[in-house]
Amino acid sequence: MENFLPLNGFVGGLLIGLSAAFFLLMSGRITGISGIMEGALKPEGERRGWRIAYLLSIPLGAWLAVALAPGMVPAVRLPSETALLLVGGFIAGFGARIGNGCTSGHGICGVARLSKRSIVSTVIFFAVAALTVYAVRHLA
Amino acid sequence: MQELRNIVIAILAGATFGIGLTVAGMTNPKKVLDFLDFAAIPTGGWDPTLGVVFVTVLAIMFAAFALQRRRQAPLMAERFYVPGGGEIDAPLVVGSILFGIGWGLVGLCPGPAIAAMPLVGDQWLDLVVFLVGLFAGVALAVVVKSAKPKAA
Repeated sequence: MENFLPLNGFVGGLLIGLSAAFFLLMSGRITGISGIMEGALKPEGERRGWRIAYLLSIPLGAWLAVALAPGMVPAVRLPSETALLLVGGFIAGFGARIGNGCTSGHGICGVARLSKRSIVSTVIFFAVAALTVYAVRHLA
Repeated sequence: MQELRNIVIAILAGATFGIGLTVAGMTNPKKVLDFLDFAAIPTGGWDPTLGVVFVTVLAIMFAAFALQRRRQAPLMAERFYVPGGGEIDAPLVVGSILFGIGWGLVGLCPGPAIAAMPLVGDQWLDLVVFLVGLFAGVALAVVVKSAKPKAA
């Protein structure tokens, strides 16, 4: 467990939670990133302004974290196989919107409000993701 | 005026969300995959960081929803946009399975994927490829969902 960063996890979780709580109590909305992406892509949908602003502010926050506390930011390494990245991104995006939520909307907000649909979704995607990792790392 | 307020709140929430994901290390696919690799527990290769993040966020959001249920409306908008309890249907199950496969293959979900943009350095093209796939998948789901009558 040499990579375990409990302090990073706790401080990061605190900020993510405060962001989602703030958004709920100020704007009345669920922090669901794939849903915000969907709304930002819909030309005829409700107002897109805040959704586009939200999405652009996420990397701004990441950049701020690096600028303000470089020591707190762990390194980022992606897989580098193009087909894997493209297919993985595609089915993650498609699945999240068919199922109406991802790790943020179902996993965090839905489970916290004890939504039956979100709990089922979260159990399924955690289990399937763990099986996928098992298949890739231990069976291949 | 409402539109401007929505945008300002979205910028504050989005930026804080991005800082949190980055500090938590969730923008690094390897940390996510190391958490999901439960078979590595006996060999000591398991990374519980994502579990700490998840439990911390859930504790705060339990409190936030308890507050929300006591209020008629949010502070800066007309009403709450919290989804009502629907049924467990095929799209939910199939979508969750597909999302789990994609998440498990790469280790990135939608929030961390866009948060990683300023962090990937020389791997920027790899991230762009993932984001193209991600947005294409979201767009296809929009088309599929609008093609059939909306479930009640």
